[in-house]
Amino acid sequence: MSFMHSTATILAKELRTEFRSRELLGTTVVFVLIVIVLFSFTFNPTSSESRRFGPGLLWLAFLFAGSLMLQPSFLREQTNDTLAALRLAPIDPFSILAGKMAANFLFLLLVEIILLPVFAVLYNIAIFPILAPLVLVLALGTIGLATTGTVFSAVAAQARLRELLLPLLLLPVLAPVLIASTEATVGLLRDPSELSPVWLTFLTSFDVVFLTAAWLFGEYLLEE
Amino acid sequence: MPGSAAARSNYCANWSRAEPSGVDTPHTSSPTSGPSTGRSDSLNSGLKIQFSGIEKRYGMRMALRGVSLEIGAGECVALVGHNGSGKTTLLKITALLARPSKGQLSFSSGDSVLSSGDIKQRIGMVAHNTLLYDELTAEENLVFFAKLFNLPEPAARARQSLEPVGLARRSADMVRTFSRGMRQRLAIARALLASPQLLLFDEPAAGLDPEGQQWLGQTLARLHAEGCTIVMSTHGRNETQGSVTRAIRLEGGEITHDSGPNGDPYGVLALAAVRETAEGDAR
Repeated sequence: MSFMHSTATILAKELRTEFRSRELLGTTVVFVLIVIVLFSFTFNPTSSESRRFGPGLLWLAFLFAGSLMLQPSFLREQTNDTLAALRLAPIDPFSILAGKMAANFLFLLLVEIILLPVFAVLYNIAIFPILAPLVLVLALGTIGLATTGTVFSAVAAQARLRELLLPLLLLPVLAPVLIASTEATVGLLRDPSELSPVWLTFLTSFDVVFLTAAWLFGEYLLEE
Repeated sequence: MPGSAAARSNYCANWSRAEPSGVDTPHTSSPTSGPSTGRSDSLNSGLKIQFSGIEKRYGMRMALRGVSLEIGAGECVALVGHNGSGKTTLLKITALLARPSKGQLSFSSGDSVLSSGDIKQRIGMVAHNTLLYDELTAEENLVFFAKLFNLPEPAARARQSLEPVGLARRSADMVRTFSRGMRQRLAIARALLASPQLLLFDEPAAGLDPEGQQWLGQTLARLHAEGCTIVMSTHGRNETQGSVTRAIRLEGGEITHDSGPNGDPYGVLALAAVRETAEGDAR
């Protein structure tokens, strides 16, 4: 079976199960909205302060969303040991990871699309003029979040204290991608707006390195 | 791609589809017939499996200690032994779900060498868990796995597979609404979906009522009659043991009794049952 076919089949299954229950998306959207609203009321920032602090708060909210959404990615497969069923199938083991990465990327992107207008209104930031480069930064940052999160979710799912382990593993590894995404977003919100090629290259490199590592070691990550 | 047969140094696969099984079929087919195979060789020949000095270590604990064994094509083997004796580990290694710490496992039915992906296409497994998604319907589960196994017309194949397990009328129901027995039937339908030539069962009778056990016994008899190699772990005496041609007792990760391919398996099964009863009484 081709890699793309098996990845698409697993992605479709992930989307079907999530959109049927909507438990993960629903709770995550509510949680990050509360975080953004609380930050807004606590700091009550002016427009210039928003441009400086806003990107950090935004990516912090995305990090919270990721921590919530990525954990169940492989925990769900443990309920009836369905991960074993996936591993029994004659498919490339990386397609299991790739299907889940793609699903997590889409779920996170959906949360970000819902969150962005609320953020723009609460922090008085005009996002329409910078929408295209902002979407590019969001996409690259989210790929990094989804890739590393899915990989570490696979590792943590087989360990004891797995709920505690994932944030512990994830936060240090995600620090570079969060710094790069925040800095790139700060550049976009500056006057005049600037899309930093340095941070963009950094984000792209991070994504490529982690995707390659997942491709190389995917089979071992899924083993007992 | 990584994860290929080359990466699995402990696995070696030899395979030929042309060789007939040459296995006696002492059981008549049951009226319940399975879905059409969609493969020309179908279930006409089972897999021959050879374990050479298989060891499996989990940390400091040895789950299997130098298991050497040959299971012929079309054999129906019962693995018996108390909890923790290594039955499930042996089944997982056979299903390529676990990598042996030492030793070699080979699948053959001739001269051709196949990759682990090709072997996987021919293995069906019913594990202790159902390996099914509770949030999907019975049909969606089977369609999903049929797609992963690259079977032609997955929807038709799934519907066809639900008939013999008596779940056709519940095809649109979520698996989470099913009883344990129904889940087990669906798990068996999933394992048989790709018309495997090697079937691995981990305590298949667990959770089944006497009627379910009888149905499972008939299904195993039919599969055995069709030449499929069957390896199952089992506890005590139950209806599923009717087709058993060979019994192997494991203790502490080692084979302590093997009735052999031509021996009487019921002696080993009876011994295991007696020991299990004695151990239960002692507790």
